[in-house]
Amino acid sequence: MEKAEAQIPITIIRPKKLFSLRDITEVWKYKELLFFFTWRDLKVRYKQTFIGVAWAIFQPLITMVVFTVFFGGLAKIPSDGIPYPIFVFTGLLFWQFFSTALSDTSNCLIANQAIITKVYFPRLILPLSSVMTKLVDFLIATLILVLMMLYYGFIPRVESLIVIPIVLIISFMSSVGLGLVLAAINVKYRDVRYALPFFIQMLLFVTPVIYPASIAGKYSWMLSLNPMTGAIQSARASLLETAPVNWELVGISFMACLILMFIGVYVFKKVERYFADIV
Amino acid sequence: MENPIIEVRNLGKKYNINHQQGKYIALRDVLAGIFKNPLKFIRDKTKEVAGINTKEDYWALKDLNFTVNKGEVIGIIGRNGAGKSTLLKILSQITPPTTGEIKIRGRVGSLLEVGTGFHPELTGRENIRLNGAILGMTYKEIAKKFDQIVEFAGIEKFLDTPVKYYSSGMYVRLAFSVAAHMEPDILIIDEVLAVGDAEFQKKCLGKMGEITKQDGRTILFVSHNMAAIRQLCTKTILLENGKLLFSGNTEEVIQHYNSEMIDKTGQSWNGDAGDDEIRITRVLSQSLDQEGKFHTNAPIEISIHGTILKMTKHMVIGFHLFSQFGYELAYSLYDDNDADMAPTVLKPGPFIKKFVIPADTLSEGTYLIELDVGIHNLNKVLRPDQGRVSFSLSNVNGIGKRFSVPQKQGYVSVFRPRWSQQNN
Repeated sequence: MEKAEAQIPITIIRPKKLFSLRDITEVWKYKELLFFFTWRDLKVRYKQTFIGVAWAIFQPLITMVVFTVFFGGLAKIPSDGIPYPIFVFTGLLFWQFFSTALSDTSNCLIANQAIITKVYFPRLILPLSSVMTKLVDFLIATLILVLMMLYYGFIPRVESLIVIPIVLIISFMSSVGLGLVLAAINVKYRDVRYALPFFIQMLLFVTPVIYPASIAGKYSWMLSLNPMTGAIQSARASLLETAPVNWELVGISFMACLILMFIGVYVFKKVERYFADIV
Repeated sequence: MENPIIEVRNLGKKYNINHQQGKYIALRDVLAGIFKNPLKFIRDKTKEVAGINTKEDYWALKDLNFTVNKGEVIGIIGRNGAGKSTLLKILSQITPPTTGEIKIRGRVGSLLEVGTGFHPELTGRENIRLNGAILGMTYKEIAKKFDQIVEFAGIEKFLDTPVKYYSSGMYVRLAFSVAAHMEPDILIIDEVLAVGDAEFQKKCLGKMGEITKQDGRTILFVSHNMAAIRQLCTKTILLENGKLLFSGNTEEVIQHYNSEMIDKTGQSWNGDAGDDEIRITRVLSQSLDQEGKFHTNAPIEISIHGTILKMTKHMVIGFHLFSQFGYELAYSLYDDNDADMAPTVLKPGPFIKKFVIPADTLSEGTYLIELDVGIHNLNKVLRPDQGRVSFSLSNVNGIGKRFSVPQKQGYVSVFRPRWSQQNN
């Protein structure tokens, strides 16, 4: 009984501060809800579409085929000396994770406005779960990559595989960071969402998905400011051994995604204070 | 004496009308505004940063102070717009306050709507888990309560059917059942009992009563249903215009709430209220009975006298009709019968607007008329007490008390008056 007394949580509600450590610890406290939102999104999506889980595989596969025919076959875009299909698929895998996560995250607050205006939970959970959902799709689609690697005979060396978790973290954090910014803008200005697909489409061309970064020559350093460049380049280097893993590039990308994440959280927290009033 | 479980100190919440629900800001408009009138933008921005009140600001809650002790069931009453929902939203941390502080000693569960987060594609079983998690239950808690939840809702057979195939009654039962089984120290409830059939409502009230009596749970309960407030709450808080008007024993507060309003209100109101566009000077309730007596068989005419000072567009003049127990029975605006949706332009000059409550519409009792004058959904020109009139109908035939209208949220009109006018 006495023990229970001591455990009574005390909540103090005050005008909201911009940033506090509580936000982070709270997300951890609500991790079950994060899981449930992710589970809900996956479940609902796979229930609604006829082909279900296969969609996660189908989408990058078809894109890969189309890109291979047009960019690899007809336009003869170089691919660092490896077969174009596997080259572009590696890029596409990460790109589709990033771009679908972005468009879902930017919409997550509006899609969940019924919940936001009725129940309290750390709002950061919503964009995080959107990205988690896409991460599951990503993992499913990875199966294709494994099959392709076997087919083309790429066996990555174990020591270069250690870069893969880092690459995943970079992709994840970039998606969350930029997604948070877009989500916040989207709530405030309702006309922005119409421009988003175009914006995301444009990002594809400044990311070395369909072409190798080397194509940009001495300007390729500019591409590396985009954290997804580092992620995709390093993934190719590690899995397909197009080049030794460029740790400098990994470092830059990691810094870039950290900054992106920080800006994202800042902007999001700023809008969070009043978005239950405006959505 | 233990520390109070909830302490509210100097709580205030300021809203900006531009941020009101339903009004979205387009980036295009903002950018266009900056280019067209950069000075105005800078001026507004400076004011906003300096925290100066602009014309668009209003306080939904101001200087609110109260405490709640453990195990108390507190009712919160007041008119629409009195700040009840804002208070609940702040207490459940959905929106932060602008000033002041609340200290809560315990876990809060809020139930501002049943079925929050239910997904139509998911089955009952899946929705119980999801909804439970959204309401803050842990996986273990949900698993432990699962059978009780299903049993209380009575949906055993449909557990694996997507809820989109549920009847609305089943849906609400399941939703309430999940919510009723969370075990917070403090439960915040907003008008959830307005849903479901009468039998289920009774069951819910019973469940809530049981919760507090057995476990000493603290409940904050907002409702327009005075009967439910009376049944559940030991203490009640009356809010008006964002301020705490009266608090204490439930029966006293409810009596106070109704009688005060009726006492203060006469069959006619004379004064001069309004803004620089419209002034209301006289409101009168009259019986169209030959002898001028108010009874259930007589049509009652309400006339609103006033003056338009400037040509106005979008100005509405209308009324709310309340029963003596504070239930809203009807709401109508003077241009309701106009065929097109174009805003009516009012020309300067005096006007009289009248409407008639037909004979044999209302049952015996005392009724209140409150005016709604202003730009719809944006500003109200009158305070609730300005232009308020009341009238009492006596019963002349039959038993008379059987024509009660069950309380509902929103505007369910018992009648739709024909308006007539002079001038304008």
